[in-house]
Amino acid sequence: MMLARVVGRVWATAKEPSLEGRTLLVLQPVTPGGADKGRKLVAVDAVGAGAGETVYWCRGRESHFPFLPGEVPTDATVVGIVDSITP
Amino acid sequence: MQLGRVVGTVVATRKDPRLEGRKLLVVRYVSPEGNDESGYAVSVDAVGAGFREKVLTVAGGSARFAAGLKDCPVDSVIVGIVDGVELDGKPS
Repeated sequence: MMLARVVGRVWATAKEPSLEGRTLLVLQPVTPGGADKGRKLVAVDAVGAGAGETVYWCRGRESHFPFLPGEVPTDATVVGIVDSITP
Repeated sequence: MQLGRVVGTVVATRKDPRLEGRKLLVVRYVSPEGNDESGYAVSVDAVGAGFREKVLTVAGGSARFAAGLKDCPVDSVIVGIVDGVELDGKPS
């Protein structure tokens, strides 16, 4: 899992039926120190994260697990909102 | 998931039977700001995307969860047509 900051949202009317009602967030991956790292990506929200929040997200096949038994085609999902990071 | 722009179509007569009738599109990855990024993918179209449209692609094993692709040999699927992207509270 990796850290990221929510920087935006994506709207798509025509989409896969299993993505209906799901929020698509634009993430900027960050280091634990808070610096931007790598390029932005789009992730499905599983926890109700909003703009500006630091979150952790998982990638790959496991990213559909939060939606089980549903089968959501996603390769990146926000699975937690970060309260604080202890050095 | 990656944003992309449809830049072409792939035509293949000989292919895996499970891909029969599927539309294969060449997708150039773009950033949320709309700039071209390095890399592209050949993606199966699950939503009826067209040439030059901005789309959302899913890669990897879970791409097969898109409708009707359960046992298909695919690792990149177009799952949405992008209407708009909001960045830092502003439409991009």
